Amino acid sequence: MRRVVITGLGMVTPLADGVEDTWSRLLDGQSGAGTITRFDPERVTTKYACEIPLGDGTDGTFNPDTYMDAKDRRKVDDFILYGMAAATQAVADSGWVAESEDDKCRTGVMIGSGIGGLSSIADTAVLLAEKGPRRVSPFFIPGALINLVSGQVSIKFGFKGPNHAVVTACSTGAHAIGDAARLIMLDDADVMIAGGAESPISEIGIAGFNACKALSTQNADDPTKASRPYDKDRDGFVMGEGAGVVVLEEYEHAKARGAKIYAEVLGYGLSGDAYHITAPSSDGDGGYRSMEAAIKRAGITPADIDYINAHGTSTMADTIELGAVERLMGDAAEKATMSSTKSATGHLLGAAGAIEAIFCILAIRDQIAPPTLNLDNPDVEPKLDLAPHKAVQREINVALSNSFGFGGTNASVIFGKVDS
Amino acid sequence: MSDIADRVKKIVVEHLGVEEEKVVENASFIDDLGADSLDTVELVMAFEEEFGIEIPDDAAETIQTFGDAVKFITEAS
Repeated sequence: MRRVVITGLGMVTPLADGVEDTWSRLLDGQSGAGTITRFDPERVTTKYACEIPLGDGTDGTFNPDTYMDAKDRRKVDDFILYGMAAATQAVADSGWVAESEDDKCRTGVMIGSGIGGLSSIADTAVLLAEKGPRRVSPFFIPGALINLVSGQVSIKFGFKGPNHAVVTACSTGAHAIGDAARLIMLDDADVMIAGGAESPISEIGIAGFNACKALSTQNADDPTKASRPYDKDRDGFVMGEGAGVVVLEEYEHAKARGAKIYAEVLGYGLSGDAYHITAPSSDGDGGYRSMEAAIKRAGITPADIDYINAHGTSTMADTIELGAVERLMGDAAEKATMSSTKSATGHLLGAAGAIEAIFCILAIRDQIAPPTLNLDNPDVEPKLDLAPHKAVQREINVALSNSFGFGGTNASVIFGKVDS
Repeated sequence: MSDIADRVKKIVVEHLGVEEEKVVENASFIDDLGADSLDTVELVMAFEEEFGIEIPDDAAETIQTFGDAVKFITEAS
Protein backbone atom coordinates (compact mmCIF):
# COMPACT_ATOMS: atom_id res chain seq x y z
CA MET A 1 0.00 0.00 0.00
CA ARG A 2 1.30 3.50 -0.84
CA ARG A 3 2.23 5.76 2.08
CA VAL A 4 0.21 8.94 2.62
CA VAL A 5 1.44 12.10 4.31
CA ILE A 6 -0.04 15.46 5.24
CA THR A 7 1.48 18.41 3.38
CA GLY A 8 -1.00 21.24 3.89
CA LEU A 9 -3.36 22.51 6.59
CA GLY A 10 -6.21 25.02 6.60
CA MET A 11 -8.92 25.97 9.05
CA VAL A 12 -11.45 28.55 10.06
CA THR A 13 -12.69 28.00 13.61
CA PRO A 14 -14.45 29.84 16.43
CA LEU A 15 -10.98 30.60 17.84
CA ALA A 16 -9.65 32.26 14.70
CA ASP A 17 -9.32 32.22 10.94
CA GLY A 18 -6.16 30.32 10.11
CA VAL A 19 -4.21 27.37 11.48
CA GLU A 20 -1.53 29.14 13.50
CA ASP A 21 -3.85 31.68 15.15
CA THR A 22 -6.30 28.92 16.07
CA TRP A 23 -3.52 26.70 17.41
CA SER A 24 -1.84 29.38 19.54
CA ARG A 25 -5.19 30.40 21.08
CA LEU A 26 -6.04 26.76 21.72
CA LEU A 27 -2.75 26.16 23.52
CA ASP A 28 -3.28 29.39 25.42
CA GLY A 29 -6.55 28.06 26.84
CA GLN A 30 -8.87 30.50 25.08
CA SER A 31 -12.52 29.69 24.41
CA GLY A 32 -14.50 30.47 21.26
CA ALA A 33 -17.84 30.58 23.06
CA GLY A 34 -20.12 33.59 23.40
CA THR A 35 -23.70 34.77 23.09
CA ILE A 36 -25.23 33.98 19.70
CA THR A 37 -25.07 36.85 17.18
CA ARG A 38 -25.80 34.99 13.93
CA PHE A 39 -29.53 35.27 14.64
CA ASP A 40 -31.75 36.57 17.44
CA PRO A 41 -31.67 33.67 19.96
CA GLU A 42 -34.73 34.99 21.85
CA ARG A 43 -36.91 31.99 20.98
CA VAL A 44 -34.43 29.14 21.44
CA THR A 45 -33.39 27.55 24.73
CA THR A 46 -29.63 27.74 24.21
CA LYS A 47 -28.53 31.31 23.59
CA TYR A 48 -24.77 30.72 23.21
CA ALA A 49 -22.49 29.03 20.72
CA CYS A 50 -18.94 29.12 19.35
CA GLU A 51 -19.08 31.50 16.39
CA ILE A 52 -16.26 32.32 13.99
CA PRO A 53 -14.92 35.80 14.84
CA LEU A 54 -15.86 37.98 11.85
CA GLY A 55 -13.78 41.03 10.98
CA ASP A 56 -11.41 42.62 8.51
CA GLY A 57 -9.00 39.68 8.56
CA THR A 58 -6.57 41.16 11.08
CA ASP A 59 -5.92 39.63 14.50
CA GLY A 60 -7.26 36.23 13.47
CA THR A 61 -10.68 37.50 12.40
CA PHE A 62 -12.40 35.93 9.41
CA ASN A 63 -12.92 38.24 6.43
CA PRO A 64 -15.14 36.44 3.89
CA ASP A 65 -13.88 38.76 1.10
CA THR A 66 -10.47 37.09 1.38
CA TYR A 67 -11.90 33.82 0.07
CA MET A 68 -14.97 34.52 -2.09
CA ASP A 69 -16.28 37.75 -3.57
CA ALA A 70 -19.66 39.05 -2.48
CA LYS A 71 -21.33 38.10 -5.75
CA ASP A 72 -20.39 34.42 -5.35
CA ARG A 73 -21.04 34.31 -1.60
CA ARG A 74 -24.65 35.28 -2.21
CA LYS A 75 -25.10 32.00 -4.09
CA VAL A 76 -23.83 29.63 -1.40
CA ASP A 77 -24.60 28.68 2.18
CA ASP A 78 -21.95 29.61 4.75
CA PHE A 79 -20.63 26.05 5.09
CA ILE A 80 -19.40 26.31 1.49
CA LEU A 81 -17.69 29.64 2.24
CA TYR A 82 -15.96 28.14 5.29
CA GLY A 83 -14.92 25.06 3.32
CA MET A 84 -13.52 27.19 0.52
CA ALA A 85 -11.60 29.27 3.06
CA ALA A 86 -10.02 26.24 4.74
CA ALA A 87 -9.26 24.56 1.41
CA THR A 88 -7.67 27.73 0.02
CA GLN A 89 -5.40 27.94 3.07
CA ALA A 90 -4.50 24.25 2.91
CA VAL A 91 -3.64 24.31 -0.79
CA ALA A 92 -1.52 27.45 -0.34
CA ASP A 93 0.24 25.89 2.67
CA SER A 94 1.07 22.74 0.70
CA GLY A 95 2.59 24.67 -2.17
CA TRP A 96 0.93 22.20 -4.54
CA VAL A 97 0.03 23.66 -7.92
CA ALA A 98 -1.55 21.23 -10.38
CA GLU A 99 -0.16 22.57 -13.63
CA SER A 100 -0.30 19.72 -16.14
CA GLU A 101 -3.48 17.94 -17.15
CA ASP A 102 -2.10 14.80 -15.48
CA ASP A 103 -1.44 16.67 -12.21
CA LYS A 104 -5.00 17.97 -12.28
CA CYS A 105 -6.47 14.53 -12.90
CA ARG A 106 -4.40 13.06 -10.07
CA THR A 107 -5.62 15.64 -7.54
CA GLY A 108 -9.03 15.12 -5.95
CA VAL A 109 -11.28 16.70 -3.35
CA MET A 110 -13.30 15.10 -0.55
CA ILE A 111 -14.77 17.73 1.77
CA GLY A 112 -17.96 16.77 3.55
CA SER A 113 -20.50 18.28 5.89
CA GLY A 114 -22.80 16.85 8.51
CA ILE A 115 -25.88 18.82 7.54
CA GLY A 116 -24.92 21.14 4.69
CA GLY A 117 -27.09 24.11 3.76
CA LEU A 118 -29.46 24.01 6.71
CA SER A 119 -30.00 27.79 6.82
CA SER A 120 -30.60 28.02 3.07
CA ILE A 121 -33.13 25.23 3.23
CA ALA A 122 -34.94 26.83 6.18
CA ASP A 123 -34.93 30.32 4.61
CA THR A 124 -36.07 29.02 1.23
CA ALA A 125 -38.89 27.02 2.82
CA VAL A 126 -40.14 30.24 4.41
CA LEU A 127 -39.82 32.07 1.08
CA LEU A 128 -41.69 29.27 -0.66
CA ALA A 129 -44.55 29.49 1.84
CA GLU A 130 -44.73 33.29 1.69
CA LYS A 131 -44.08 34.05 -1.98
CA GLY A 132 -44.50 30.80 -3.87
CA PRO A 133 -42.27 28.58 -5.99
CA ARG A 134 -41.41 31.22 -8.58
CA ARG A 135 -39.27 33.04 -6.03
CA VAL A 136 -37.02 30.05 -5.30
CA SER A 137 -33.50 30.97 -6.43
CA PRO A 138 -31.72 28.91 -9.10
CA PHE A 139 -28.77 28.95 -6.69
CA PHE A 140 -30.73 27.41 -3.83
CA ILE A 141 -29.92 23.77 -4.67
CA PRO A 142 -26.26 24.20 -5.72
CA GLY A 143 -25.75 26.49 -2.72
CA ALA A 144 -27.09 23.95 -0.22
CA LEU A 145 -25.83 20.59 -1.51
CA ILE A 146 -23.15 19.08 0.70
CA ASN A 147 -20.85 18.00 -2.14
CA LEU A 148 -20.72 21.56 -3.48
CA VAL A 149 -17.75 22.37 -1.22
CA SER A 150 -15.79 19.74 -3.13
CA GLY A 151 -17.32 21.02 -6.37
CA GLN A 152 -16.43 24.67 -5.71
CA VAL A 153 -12.89 23.80 -4.61
CA SER A 154 -12.32 21.66 -7.71
CA ILE A 155 -13.54 24.48 -9.95
CA LYS A 156 -11.36 27.09 -8.22
CA PHE A 157 -8.15 25.05 -8.47
CA GLY A 158 -8.81 22.86 -11.51
CA PHE A 159 -8.56 19.61 -9.56
CA LYS A 160 -10.07 16.94 -11.81
CA GLY A 161 -9.41 13.81 -9.74
CA PRO A 162 -11.91 11.99 -7.50
CA ASN A 163 -14.60 14.43 -6.36
CA HIS A 164 -16.47 13.17 -3.37
CA ALA A 165 -18.19 14.24 -0.16
CA VAL A 166 -18.70 12.44 3.12
CA VAL A 167 -21.91 12.79 5.15
CA THR A 168 -21.58 10.98 8.47
CA ALA A 169 -22.78 13.58 10.98
CA CYS A 170 -20.05 14.36 13.53
CA SER A 171 -17.67 11.78 12.05
CA THR A 172 -17.66 13.47 8.63
CA GLY A 173 -14.28 15.20 8.87
CA ALA A 174 -12.48 12.10 10.14
CA HIS A 175 -14.11 9.83 7.56
CA ALA A 176 -13.23 12.28 4.78
CA ILE A 177 -9.55 12.34 5.73
CA GLY A 178 -9.42 8.56 6.22
CA ASP A 179 -11.26 7.78 2.99
CA ALA A 180 -9.20 10.29 1.01
CA ALA A 181 -6.02 8.66 2.34
CA ARG A 182 -7.31 5.31 1.11
CA LEU A 183 -7.93 6.72 -2.38
CA ILE A 184 -4.27 7.72 -2.49
CA MET A 185 -3.13 4.37 -1.04
CA LEU A 186 -5.12 2.58 -3.75
CA ASP A 187 -3.61 4.79 -6.46
CA ASP A 188 -6.83 6.59 -7.44
CA ALA A 189 -5.08 9.90 -6.81
CA ASP A 190 -1.70 11.31 -5.74
CA VAL A 191 -3.06 14.33 -3.87
CA MET A 192 -6.39 14.75 -2.06
CA ILE A 193 -7.86 17.88 -0.48
CA ALA A 194 -10.00 16.54 2.37
CA GLY A 195 -11.94 17.67 5.42
CA GLY A 196 -15.27 18.97 6.62
CA ALA A 197 -17.29 22.19 6.81
CA GLU A 198 -20.35 23.17 8.84
CA SER A 199 -22.56 26.20 9.48
CA PRO A 200 -25.24 25.02 11.91
CA ILE A 201 -25.63 28.16 14.07
CA SER A 202 -29.12 29.13 12.93
CA GLU A 203 -32.46 29.17 14.71
CA ILE A 204 -33.48 25.85 13.13
CA GLY A 205 -30.10 24.28 13.94
CA ILE A 206 -30.14 25.27 17.61
CA ALA A 207 -33.84 24.39 17.93
CA GLY A 208 -33.21 20.96 16.41
CA PHE A 209 -30.29 20.06 18.66
CA ASN A 210 -32.12 21.52 21.69
CA ALA A 211 -34.99 19.17 20.90
CA CYS A 212 -32.51 16.24 20.89
CA LYS A 213 -31.42 17.41 24.38
CA ALA A 214 -27.88 17.47 23.04
CA LEU A 215 -26.91 21.10 23.73
CA SER A 216 -25.69 22.79 26.90
CA THR A 217 -28.40 25.09 28.30
CA GLN A 218 -27.21 26.12 31.77
CA ASN A 219 -24.34 28.50 31.07
CA ALA A 220 -25.82 31.66 29.51
CA ASP A 221 -24.07 33.75 32.20
CA ASP A 222 -20.62 32.58 31.09
CA PRO A 223 -20.67 30.66 27.81
CA THR A 224 -16.91 30.06 28.00
CA LYS A 225 -17.61 27.67 30.88
CA ALA A 226 -20.29 25.71 29.02
CA SER A 227 -18.17 23.19 27.11
CA ARG A 228 -16.64 21.12 29.92
CA PRO A 229 -15.88 17.57 28.75
CA TYR A 230 -15.53 14.93 31.51
CA ASP A 231 -16.54 17.45 34.17
CA LYS A 232 -19.29 16.62 36.67
CA ASP A 233 -21.21 19.75 35.70
CA ARG A 234 -21.27 19.20 31.93
CA ASP A 235 -24.75 19.51 30.47
CA GLY A 236 -24.43 19.14 26.70
CA PHE A 237 -22.29 20.32 23.82
CA VAL A 238 -21.83 23.88 22.59
CA MET A 239 -22.52 24.37 18.90
CA GLY A 240 -19.57 25.49 16.79
CA GLU A 241 -19.06 26.38 13.12
CA GLY A 242 -16.21 26.42 10.65
CA ALA A 243 -14.12 24.13 8.52
CA GLY A 244 -10.91 22.13 8.53
CA VAL A 245 -9.13 20.90 5.41
CA VAL A 246 -5.86 19.03 4.91
CA VAL A 247 -3.81 18.22 1.85
CA LEU A 248 -2.99 14.52 1.73
CA GLU A 249 -0.26 13.37 -0.58
CA GLU A 250 1.45 10.18 -1.61
CA TYR A 251 4.80 10.08 0.23
CA GLU A 252 7.13 9.83 -2.80
CA HIS A 253 5.12 12.50 -4.62
CA ALA A 254 5.57 14.85 -1.66
CA LYS A 255 9.28 14.07 -1.32
CA ALA A 256 9.93 14.49 -5.04
CA ARG A 257 8.65 18.06 -5.01
CA GLY A 258 10.36 18.90 -1.71
CA ALA A 259 7.09 19.46 0.11
CA LYS A 260 6.95 20.19 3.83
CA ILE A 261 5.68 16.99 5.47
CA TYR A 262 3.74 17.42 8.72
CA ALA A 263 2.88 13.81 9.51
CA GLU A 264 1.90 10.46 8.05
CA VAL A 265 -1.55 8.88 8.07
CA LEU A 266 -0.68 5.63 9.80
CA GLY A 267 -4.09 4.10 10.37
CA TYR A 268 -7.80 4.55 9.91
CA GLY A 269 -10.62 2.53 11.40
CA LEU A 270 -14.40 2.62 11.00
CA SER A 271 -17.30 1.00 12.79
CA GLY A 272 -21.03 1.20 13.37
CA ASP A 273 -22.84 1.01 16.72
CA ALA A 274 -26.07 -0.63 15.48
CA TYR A 275 -27.57 0.62 18.71
CA HIS A 276 -29.38 3.99 18.84
CA ILE A 277 -29.90 7.03 16.60
CA THR A 278 -28.25 9.55 18.93
CA ALA A 279 -26.60 7.68 21.84
CA PRO A 280 -23.65 5.28 22.02
CA SER A 281 -24.02 1.99 23.85
CA SER A 282 -22.89 2.24 27.48
CA ASP A 283 -19.85 0.04 26.91
CA GLY A 284 -18.52 2.24 24.09
CA ASP A 285 -18.21 -0.81 21.87
CA GLY A 286 -18.43 1.13 18.58
CA GLY A 287 -15.68 3.56 19.48
CA TYR A 288 -13.56 0.74 20.88
CA ARG A 289 -13.76 -1.17 17.60
CA SER A 290 -12.99 1.84 15.40
CA MET A 291 -9.87 2.58 17.47
CA GLU A 292 -8.90 -1.09 17.42
CA ALA A 293 -9.27 -1.20 13.62
CA ALA A 294 -7.15 1.93 13.18
CA ILE A 295 -4.43 0.52 15.42
CA LYS A 296 -4.43 -2.76 13.49
CA ARG A 297 -4.18 -0.91 10.18
CA ALA A 298 -1.31 1.22 11.52
CA GLY A 299 0.55 -1.91 12.62
CA ILE A 300 1.16 -0.47 16.09
CA THR A 301 0.08 -1.34 19.62
CA PRO A 302 -2.09 0.83 21.90
CA ALA A 303 1.02 1.56 23.96
CA ASP A 304 2.50 3.42 20.97
CA ILE A 305 -0.18 6.10 21.18
CA ASP A 306 1.04 9.24 22.93
CA TYR A 307 -1.88 11.62 22.41
CA ILE A 308 -5.58 11.13 21.78
CA ASN A 309 -7.84 13.91 20.61
CA ALA A 310 -11.12 12.65 22.03
CA HIS A 311 -14.55 13.02 20.53
CA GLY A 312 -15.45 14.34 24.02
CA THR A 313 -18.41 16.61 23.31
CA SER A 314 -19.25 17.60 26.92
CA THR A 315 -22.18 15.17 27.10
CA MET A 316 -22.92 11.97 28.99
CA ALA A 317 -21.05 10.08 26.26
CA ASP A 318 -17.66 11.51 27.35
CA THR A 319 -17.16 8.92 30.06
CA ILE A 320 -18.27 6.13 27.72
CA GLU A 321 -15.50 7.07 25.28
CA LEU A 322 -13.05 7.44 28.18
CA GLY A 323 -13.94 3.93 29.37
CA ALA A 324 -13.43 2.49 25.89
CA VAL A 325 -10.05 4.18 25.52
CA GLU A 326 -8.90 2.96 28.92
CA ARG A 327 -10.05 -0.57 28.17
CA LEU A 328 -8.22 -0.52 24.85
CA MET A 329 -5.00 0.91 26.27
CA GLY A 330 -4.82 -1.12 29.46
CA ASP A 331 -1.76 -0.22 31.53
CA ALA A 332 -0.51 2.04 28.72
CA ALA A 333 -3.35 4.47 29.52
CA GLU A 334 -1.31 5.94 32.32
CA LYS A 335 1.37 7.11 29.91
CA ALA A 336 -0.94 8.70 27.35
CA THR A 337 -2.53 12.14 27.24
CA MET A 338 -6.08 12.63 25.98
CA SER A 339 -7.88 15.95 25.62
CA SER A 340 -11.07 17.32 24.19
CA THR A 341 -10.46 20.47 22.18
CA LYS A 342 -14.23 20.88 21.87
CA SER A 343 -13.87 22.50 25.29
CA ALA A 344 -12.42 25.49 23.41
CA THR A 345 -13.85 25.31 19.89
CA GLY A 346 -17.31 23.90 20.63
CA HIS A 347 -18.59 21.10 18.46
CA LEU A 348 -18.17 21.79 14.74
CA LEU A 349 -20.21 18.69 13.80
CA GLY A 350 -19.08 17.65 10.30
CA ALA A 351 -15.98 19.84 10.55
CA ALA A 352 -14.99 18.61 14.03
CA GLY A 353 -13.07 15.53 12.89
CA ALA A 354 -11.11 17.63 10.40
CA ILE A 355 -10.01 20.39 12.77
CA GLU A 356 -9.23 17.80 15.44
CA ALA A 357 -7.10 15.81 12.97
CA ILE A 358 -5.18 19.05 12.38
CA PHE A 359 -4.76 19.51 16.14
CA CYS A 360 -3.28 15.99 16.31
CA ILE A 361 -0.90 16.83 13.47
CA LEU A 362 0.17 20.07 15.19
CA ALA A 363 0.54 18.21 18.50
CA ILE A 364 3.07 15.96 16.73
CA ARG A 365 4.80 18.94 15.10
CA ASP A 366 5.15 20.96 18.31
CA GLN A 367 5.31 18.07 20.83
CA ILE A 368 2.48 19.52 22.91
CA ALA A 369 -1.02 18.30 23.77
CA PRO A 370 -3.72 21.00 23.81
CA PRO A 371 -5.76 21.33 27.01
CA THR A 372 -9.25 20.29 28.08
CA LEU A 373 -10.79 23.50 29.39
CA ASN A 374 -13.18 23.70 32.35
CA LEU A 375 -12.28 20.25 33.66
CA ASP A 376 -12.58 21.21 37.33
CA ASN A 377 -14.09 18.06 38.81
CA PRO A 378 -13.75 14.90 36.70
CA ASP A 379 -16.95 12.86 36.65
CA VAL A 380 -14.87 9.69 36.95
CA GLU A 381 -11.27 9.32 38.07
CA PRO A 382 -9.35 8.97 34.79
CA LYS A 383 -6.31 6.74 34.27
CA LEU A 384 -5.34 8.96 31.34
CA ASP A 385 -3.99 12.46 31.73
CA LEU A 386 -6.88 14.58 30.40
CA ALA A 387 -4.75 17.75 30.23
CA PRO A 388 -7.11 19.83 32.38
CA HIS A 389 -6.87 23.61 31.86
CA LYS A 390 -3.29 23.65 30.56
CA ALA A 391 -1.50 22.30 27.49
CA VAL A 392 0.95 19.48 28.21
CA GLN A 393 4.43 19.59 26.68
CA ARG A 394 5.45 15.97 26.06
CA GLU A 395 6.82 13.53 23.54
CA ILE A 396 4.21 12.87 20.83
CA ASN A 397 5.17 10.53 18.00
CA VAL A 398 1.75 9.00 17.41
CA ALA A 399 -1.64 10.70 17.82
CA LEU A 400 -5.15 9.31 17.42
CA SER A 401 -8.28 11.32 16.69
CA ASN A 402 -11.73 9.94 17.50
CA SER A 403 -15.01 11.05 15.93
CA PHE A 404 -18.40 9.56 16.64
CA GLY A 405 -21.64 10.58 14.94
CA PHE A 406 -25.41 10.36 15.24
CA GLY A 407 -26.64 7.13 13.72
CA GLY A 408 -23.81 5.28 15.45
CA THR A 409 -21.02 6.02 12.96
CA ASN A 410 -17.45 5.98 14.27
CA ALA A 411 -14.07 6.88 12.81
CA SER A 412 -10.56 6.86 14.27
CA VAL A 413 -7.55 8.24 12.44
CA ILE A 414 -3.94 7.77 13.55
CA PHE A 415 -1.16 10.15 12.58
CA GLY A 416 2.55 9.56 13.05
CA LYS A 417 5.69 11.64 13.06
CA VAL A 418 7.76 11.41 9.88
CA ASP A 419 11.51 11.53 10.42
CA SER A 420 13.15 13.93 8.03
CA MET B 1 -32.02 57.38 -18.67
CA SER B 2 -35.45 56.31 -17.45
CA ASP B 3 -36.20 55.34 -13.89
CA ILE B 4 -36.83 51.76 -15.08
CA ALA B 5 -33.45 51.56 -16.79
CA ASP B 6 -31.72 52.82 -13.64
CA ARG B 7 -33.41 50.22 -11.49
CA VAL B 8 -32.66 47.42 -13.97
CA LYS B 9 -29.04 48.51 -14.16
CA LYS B 10 -28.74 48.49 -10.37
CA ILE B 11 -30.02 44.90 -10.24
CA VAL B 12 -27.65 43.78 -13.00
CA VAL B 13 -24.64 45.41 -11.32
CA GLU B 14 -25.54 43.88 -7.97
CA HIS B 15 -26.25 40.36 -9.22
CA LEU B 16 -23.48 40.00 -11.78
CA GLY B 17 -20.84 42.01 -9.95
CA VAL B 18 -20.00 44.06 -13.08
CA GLU B 19 -19.05 47.71 -13.46
CA GLU B 20 -21.93 50.06 -14.21
CA GLU B 21 -20.22 51.37 -17.38
CA LYS B 22 -20.40 47.91 -18.94
CA VAL B 23 -24.17 47.69 -18.60
CA VAL B 24 -25.07 49.31 -21.94
CA GLU B 25 -28.05 48.93 -24.27
CA ASN B 26 -26.64 46.01 -26.28
CA ALA B 27 -24.72 44.30 -23.48
CA SER B 28 -25.59 40.60 -23.48
CA PHE B 29 -25.93 39.16 -20.00
CA ILE B 30 -24.17 35.95 -21.01
CA ASP B 31 -21.71 37.06 -23.70
CA ASP B 32 -20.68 40.45 -22.29
CA LEU B 33 -21.48 40.49 -18.59
CA GLY B 34 -20.26 37.04 -17.53
CA ALA B 35 -23.62 35.54 -16.56
CA ASP B 36 -24.37 31.83 -16.83
CA SER B 37 -27.80 30.33 -17.40
CA LEU B 38 -28.54 30.24 -13.67
CA ASP B 39 -27.60 33.91 -13.31
CA THR B 40 -30.09 34.85 -16.01
CA VAL B 41 -32.87 32.95 -14.23
CA GLU B 42 -32.05 34.82 -11.05
CA LEU B 43 -31.94 38.17 -12.88
CA VAL B 44 -35.42 37.63 -14.28
CA MET B 45 -36.66 36.75 -10.78
CA ALA B 46 -35.11 39.93 -9.44
CA PHE B 47 -36.82 41.97 -12.18
CA GLU B 48 -40.16 40.36 -11.29
CA GLU B 49 -39.65 41.17 -7.62
CA GLU B 50 -38.52 44.76 -8.22
CA PHE B 51 -41.26 45.71 -10.66
CA GLY B 52 -44.09 43.52 -9.35
CA ILE B 53 -44.61 41.85 -12.71
CA GLU B 54 -44.62 38.29 -13.95
CA ILE B 55 -42.26 37.35 -16.76
CA PRO B 56 -43.37 34.03 -18.31
CA ASP B 57 -40.60 31.52 -19.15
CA ASP B 58 -40.96 31.93 -22.91
CA ALA B 59 -40.70 35.71 -22.57
CA ALA B 60 -37.73 35.36 -20.22
CA GLU B 61 -35.85 33.53 -22.94
CA THR B 62 -36.10 36.57 -25.22
CA ILE B 63 -34.47 38.84 -22.64
CA GLN B 64 -30.83 38.49 -23.63
CA THR B 65 -29.50 42.03 -23.21
CA PHE B 66 -29.86 44.96 -20.84
CA GLY B 67 -31.86 46.73 -23.57
CA ASP B 68 -34.20 43.72 -23.94
CA ALA B 69 -34.88 43.80 -20.21
CA VAL B 70 -35.63 47.53 -20.06
CA LYS B 71 -37.91 47.27 -23.13
CA PHE B 72 -39.85 44.29 -21.78
CA ILE B 73 -40.31 45.79 -18.31
CA THR B 74 -41.31 49.19 -19.70
CA GLU B 75 -44.02 47.54 -21.79
CA ALA B 76 -45.17 45.25 -18.99
CA SER B 77 -45.29 47.85 -16.23
